[in-house]
Amino acid sequence: MQKFTEFADELRFVFVESDRWKWLIEGLGNTLKITAVSLIIGIVIGIVIASIRSSFDKNQETMKKRGGVGYNLLSALNSISKVYLWVIRGTPVVVQLLILYFIILQSVSNGVAVAMVCFGLNSGAYVAEIFRSGIMSVDEGQFEAGRSLGFNYLQTMRHIIIPQAFKTVLPTLCNEFIVLIKETSIAGYVGIMDLTKAGDLIRGRTFKAFLPLIAVALIYLALVTVLTWATGKLERRLRRNER
Amino acid sequence: MSANIIEVQGLKKHYNDGTVKALNGIDCTIRRGEVVVIIGPSGCGKSTFLRSLNLLELPTEGSITFEGQVITNPKTDINRHRQKMGMVFQQFNLFNNLNIIDNITLAPIKLLKMSKEDAEKKAMELLERIGLADKAQVYPQQLSGGQKQRVAIVRALAMEPDVMLFDEPTSALDPEMVGEVLEVMRDLARGGMTMVVVTHEMGFAREVGTRVIFMNEGQICEEGRPDDIFDYPQSDRLKDFLSKII
Ligand SMILES: Nc1ncnc2c1ncn2[C@@H]1O[C@H](COP(=O)(O)OP(=O)(O)OP(=O)(O)O)[C@@H](O)[C@H]1O
Ligand SMILES: [Mg+2]
Repeated sequence: MQKFTEFADELRFVFVESDRWKWLIEGLGNTLKITAVSLIIGIVIGIVIASIRSSFDKNQETMKKRGGVGYNLLSALNSISKVYLWVIRGTPVVVQLLILYFIILQSVSNGVAVAMVCFGLNSGAYVAEIFRSGIMSVDEGQFEAGRSLGFNYLQTMRHIIIPQAFKTVLPTLCNEFIVLIKETSIAGYVGIMDLTKAGDLIRGRTFKAFLPLIAVALIYLALVTVLTWATGKLERRLRRNER
Repeated sequence: MSANIIEVQGLKKHYNDGTVKALNGIDCTIRRGEVVVIIGPSGCGKSTFLRSLNLLELPTEGSITFEGQVITNPKTDINRHRQKMGMVFQQFNLFNNLNIIDNITLAPIKLLKMSKEDAEKKAMELLERIGLADKAQVYPQQLSGGQKQRVAIVRALAMEPDVMLFDEPTSALDPEMVGEVLEVMRDLARGGMTMVVVTHEMGFAREVGTRVIFMNEGQICEEGRPDDIFDYPQSDRLKDFLSKII
């Protein structure tokens, strides 16, 4: 009984006093905001890069023969995409965040916005490769059948390839979402109060480490568990549709 | 309308910087209403030749004229001409994301701007013809190989092509399903469709073919009427080939 009262007292001290629980709520809000916006940025970048890369792979032979600016443009875009993928995937995301915050986007005072850009750019690289692998996984025969009926490249992609590719990559995409949530926990490096930072602030203020950090861990765990469950459900639904 | 639907001149297709000469100088004319059967040993370039006709393979050299248009000219809009050249693949290649009726109506609706009702009515007529009207709402994964290939044929027919190209349409089928696909092709030929067929079905070649082309090492080695080719082969290569397959 004594133990229990002590625990309740500590809970009250750590979270209720000075309304410190509100920090966690605010931090969680920022974490979710950053994750959601970067996911959207990441998907947009991913679609663009994956389209450039796979259309270059598929069309370079034809376009080279025809010559002209089309080929040069696509080839340049393809090279830029490759450099982007190389840099983003070759450096730690913390370093990218620091560089963006302290150098490239120095003039932007809104840390949350910088984090959104940073994680968006970062996940864009991974989403691009997810989409590209999805496009590659669709059998070449599907593409040829579309072209043989008279569809052009883009029509074939739109009506035949992308719908099939999207279905295959949806679970992986959800996974990327889950990874992203956890990755944003480094936002505190540039002074953003995300969920992790909020827990750490409480620890600093109360000189109690156990409760705030465990609380943060439990919140992440709950988020990830719900998302994993939803992904699994989606995956089963997709497989069922395959008949 | 010219009697020649396809004219091929000096067609070459090289791979890997010219080390693989899949096609090595082919001249060939296909007339309207002909059923041309292409035979030859594995790797002799049959598929490459057929796929060059609608530019799924880009020729290294040579020209292809389709209905009076030089389609190998880079300025030609190949997509428009492909609408008039139906193609049937060994692996069927039905669109996995669409059910049977949508497989058939997609191209007429999107490319010929046909209304959905008209396209579906026509698709149902075609399905009726091959006895698969009850499968309209089903997805390709639920069909047998023979059924898939028959649908693939009518999918191409829905575009009302002037010529049909078949690349070993029965080679991926269980033996008991070969007949139903050949029957559809026989029907087509009877209806006067111009066809180019790569196949190992010599019975079909003899019965339905109006001309047989024997290819060897990327070239046309011998060609003629089916009976002449099968009963009186001239070249040693053809004699050798026939002795191995019969
Ligand atoms: N994409 C490619 N890259 C390199 N070589 C190729 C390619 N496609 C075909 N070839 C080669 O070209 C030659 C002709 O191939 P093709 O597929 O046209 O033969 P085929 O007569 O259809 O044979 P099969 O009866 O086995 O289908 C073969 O030697 C093949 O290895
Ligand atoms: Mg072949």
